[in-house]
Amino acid sequence: MKLYLKIWRQTNTDSNGSFQNYEIDEITPDMSFLEMMDVLNEKLIMEGIDPVAFDHDCREGICGSCSLFINGRAHGPDTGITTCQLHMRKFQDGDSIVIEPFRASSFPVIKDLVVDRKSFDRIQHAGGYISINTSGNTQDANTIPIRKEDADNAFDAATCIGCGACVATCKNASAMLFVSAKVSQFSYLPQGQVEAKDRVLNMVKQMDEEGFGNCTNTGACEVECPKGISIKNIARMNKEFLKAKL
Amino acid sequence: MALSGLFLVVFLTQHFLINVTSVFSEDIFNKLSHFMGTNPLVQFVLQPILIFGVIFHFVMGFYLEILNAKSRKNNYSKFSGGSNSSWISRNMIFSGGVILVFLIIHFIDFWIPEMNYKYVEALPEDPNRYFEELVHKFESPLKTAIYSFSFIFLALHLLHGFSSSFKTVGVDSKYYNLIQKGTFLFSVIIPAGFVFIAIFHNLTA
Repeated sequence: MKLYLKIWRQTNTDSNGSFQNYEIDEITPDMSFLEMMDVLNEKLIMEGIDPVAFDHDCREGICGSCSLFINGRAHGPDTGITTCQLHMRKFQDGDSIVIEPFRASSFPVIKDLVVDRKSFDRIQHAGGYISINTSGNTQDANTIPIRKEDADNAFDAATCIGCGACVATCKNASAMLFVSAKVSQFSYLPQGQVEAKDRVLNMVKQMDEEGFGNCTNTGACEVECPKGISIKNIARMNKEFLKAKL
Repeated sequence: MALSGLFLVVFLTQHFLINVTSVFSEDIFNKLSHFMGTNPLVQFVLQPILIFGVIFHFVMGFYLEILNAKSRKNNYSKFSGGSNSSWISRNMIFSGGVILVFLIIHFIDFWIPEMNYKYVEALPEDPNRYFEELVHKFESPLKTAIYSFSFIFLALHLLHGFSSSFKTVGVDSKYYNLIQKGTFLFSVIIPAGFVFIAIFHNLTA
């Protein structure tokens, strides 16, 4: 396959970025998208050009490192996957592909396609935890009766890998899906009840301080989330928040 | 936004229920309109609350739009919004803007003349004037077309906004699917009903 790439290049956070065009040959349909990027970077290095910086780690859809906004969609033209799970069979020979970083004021570009998602970490630090002693004398979780439905919902929420696709795809750059997943994974369980009120208040406060937008329930985040986190979590978080406020 | 939106939905329902009587009974419509137009509780308590609700909803809508725009200062060069969300959910500000223009026309048509009649010129109250005034407004095909066009945008606005407001106030129960179906029906039936009333009076005037 021969592809025409239009890639965002930016030296650092403070510099003005721009799109650069690249042509790439000999890409096979079985390559992953990130392997295609590797091939491009090898070519650029051979030509003495600075390779394109992009985030990646596990390359099996678990870590949430890879980002990229590909042809107008977070993680590319497929649903329920991360960029590392996207394969070149989704493209045709001769296609033009626009590759941009996740864009949000709370995700500043570090370099090229790499963005700083530490705002998510700070939201987690504000309340995404339970203060239970885990130093060897923890009660066996199986001794605490939990409804299967609640356990399933908590698990589903906990599958959020914090990749930021929800923010990237939301027209308002809202982080509500991420925050609601982190709130819900605890609020469904008895272990999470002790700090439930402070958790939701502090995490929402931190989210607002980070400058994320407001949720208008377009549902785009749910579609693009590689882990299929439901926007029902947002409604649940809103309920928790109102309860805590009142 | 959600609470003011839900409040306006309640108002819209009562407005429709009164207006629809004009299709089958001039007398009932006049009686209801006379009651709404002269009852002190409606005039001096509910009406100011309604006006506040309308202004609050629009101001908050525009304010949040500006705030949300700041959350992404650099836009994407390519954004395929249609692949993951409906057009109307992404353009509530646009449908809201159309409704705002409609409301200004509506106020000029009905509310300002009504205030003028009652409080500026202080004319003697005629309990039978309302039906005639209503029919007179829809004699113009252009006015009827403008109203019908606006109600299409009201339907689009409601199709997303009504069900969305339940999510915002935290409704996550097992009945949510039922709520979605109910809000969908409301969003289609009520605006369609208003369009029907406008066309009905245009054709029978």
